[in-house]
Amino acid sequence: MENKNFEDIFEAKMAKNEIIEPKDWMPDNYRKHLIRQISQHAHSEIVGMLPEGNWITRAPSLRSKLVLLAKVQDEGGHGLYLYTAAETLGTDRDELLNALHTGKAKYSSIFNYPTLTWADIGAIGWLVDGAAIMNQVMLQRTSYGPYARAMVRICKEESFHQRQGYEIMCHLSFGTSEQKEMAQDALNRWWYPTLMMFGPPDAESPNSENAIKWRIKRESNDQLRQRFVNQTMEQVDYLGLTVPDKNLKYNETKKAYDFSEPNWAEFKNVISGNGPCNKERLAARNEAHKKGEWVRAAAAAYAKKNKDAVAA
Amino acid sequence: MSDSQGPIWEVFVQKKAGQPFVHCGSLHAFDKEMALQNARDLYTRRNEGMSLWVVLSSAIVSSSPEDMGPFFEPANDKVYRHPTFYQIPDAIGHM
Amino acid sequence: MNKELFKYTLRLADNALVLGQRLSEWTGHGPFLEEDLALTNIALDTFGTATSLLEYASRVEGADRNEDSLAYFRNEREFYNTLLVEQANGDYAKTIVRQVLVDAFNVLLYTELSKSKDETLSGIAQKAIKEVTYHYRHTSSWVIRFGDGTEESNKKAQEALNELWRFTGELFEMDEVEEELIKKGIAVDLKALQPKWEKQIDELLKKAILKKPENSFMQTGGKKGIHTEHLGFLLAEMQTLPRMLPNAKW
Repeated sequence: MENKNFEDIFEAKMAKNEIIEPKDWMPDNYRKHLIRQISQHAHSEIVGMLPEGNWITRAPSLRSKLVLLAKVQDEGGHGLYLYTAAETLGTDRDELLNALHTGKAKYSSIFNYPTLTWADIGAIGWLVDGAAIMNQVMLQRTSYGPYARAMVRICKEESFHQRQGYEIMCHLSFGTSEQKEMAQDALNRWWYPTLMMFGPPDAESPNSENAIKWRIKRESNDQLRQRFVNQTMEQVDYLGLTVPDKNLKYNETKKAYDFSEPNWAEFKNVISGNGPCNKERLAARNEAHKKGEWVRAAAAAYAKKNKDAVAA
Repeated sequence: MSDSQGPIWEVFVQKKAGQPFVHCGSLHAFDKEMALQNARDLYTRRNEGMSLWVVLSSAIVSSSPEDMGPFFEPANDKVYRHPTFYQIPDAIGHM
Repeated sequence: MNKELFKYTLRLADNALVLGQRLSEWTGHGPFLEEDLALTNIALDTFGTATSLLEYASRVEGADRNEDSLAYFRNEREFYNTLLVEQANGDYAKTIVRQVLVDAFNVLLYTELSKSKDETLSGIAQKAIKEVTYHYRHTSSWVIRFGDGTEESNKKAQEALNELWRFTGELFEMDEVEEELIKKGIAVDLKALQPKWEKQIDELLKKAILKKPENSFMQTGGKKGIHTEHLGFLLAEMQTLPRMLPNAKW
């Protein structure tokens, strides 16, 4: 059969909302786009463990320590599910990690911002996970089977993360004056970076068109951003905090909030390596990988020597 | 390929005794014991199961999309394999 | 207040709390993803046990301290964990060797403690047995992989063992606290555990092609609140926030 024929079958499946599985024929650019998107997503989970991981040893109560530990662990798990989904497309984890470690691969810009106080852990759970889950929920119905299955699992596990963050924000906002100040400061610092998470404005988003056609993405960046602001404002008001945006107000005619765009020049800089913590994040990942090298080599050598440890 | 992460294993979880083992995902591990432990630590963190299978991904034989026609379509017209194909007198009732 | 029971429970609790704190330092920095998650599971179990024990200690004390105040507002000299668990993580071999020595001990300890006449301690122990049995399975298989892996991994595991061995004697030390509670059927006779522990470790080291260190001079003090220099830093990091804002609730 010719490629043309395969392509027709693929297009017909897309038109019928059917799912593509690893062994199905798929156009090269579909495969490439998926590998890029899934691995970026995986990298974001893994790098995302770092800013929150910062606070595990300093969590202010035993309960909050357990919760944060479980949450950061989940993120590692999510990275793992996603890497294995990417691996069904003919790449391997080593290759993907190598791209991350050498700075070739991208990950969510948000994790290049520092976690300076305990309130940042609340803000990340509430805002960052809240923003992420909007993307993730829609990706449960994405066209590539292994990706969709990973997302179903991730969404199920992720459901406590945002609540955990908001719970911290509640404790702080209704706590002592220092705690409240901490909460407001975190909101000030995380608001715009969170809005950036949805990606550049639709007009400037180069990958969006195909991504929507292939159901690798199901809503545009701007649509998601607007929906996020709309649903978050009630939560902000409840806490008695203020969003650092003078232009933010409810627009009766469009039944949605008007708000200021984030600083897209900053976004571009953070994405291309100039954020406040890019260097630290990459260095931490590289160091862990390097320190683990002899461990992996030992396990491989042991398996090689003891054949019955691998085969039946 | 210089894979320093170990081979890929497929994980199957049984939720309760008597139920089938269902594929739930994959992982990397260097040996059997590690694969089993990793499966436990990764895929049963929320009481998802009570029994586990792990199998080297490379040991799985799977059908291809091209097999779809010859493998599965011939079963379409074998209506006599289904109970509704047969007529039983009303007087007999459920059988 | 039953002073002996309070101190005994704190000793058990502090071992779990300090070890959990050490293990959690690895989260996000493990040698590969699967193992990162596995070690974090061990940390979670360990903190869970610590929390139950501290909560019980606060009830035994009957003062106005809860489990968090016991964890966050005691000073270094009021912590009664053994020196072994506070030792720095070092490389992965050191972390795993430290852990396997403790896991082997914990399996024996909690098995006996589950028979305690103190129902709360017995209940906590019964839950913990299952957890530490799995921890031992995990860490002992790593010790074997290291010992029988590469030359480098064997060397690292052996060095870790040599370095940590001097802290193992303290695990079995007893004083009037234990002696008093053993009479009441509450505490575990640690001396009786020692031969079993040694036998198990001997067998493991043999499988792992590692050499048991010569019985070095055993360090002691943790159970009386006299620690190595490591603990102060660990507590400073752990306790910083509640002490910065002592009136805050988290």
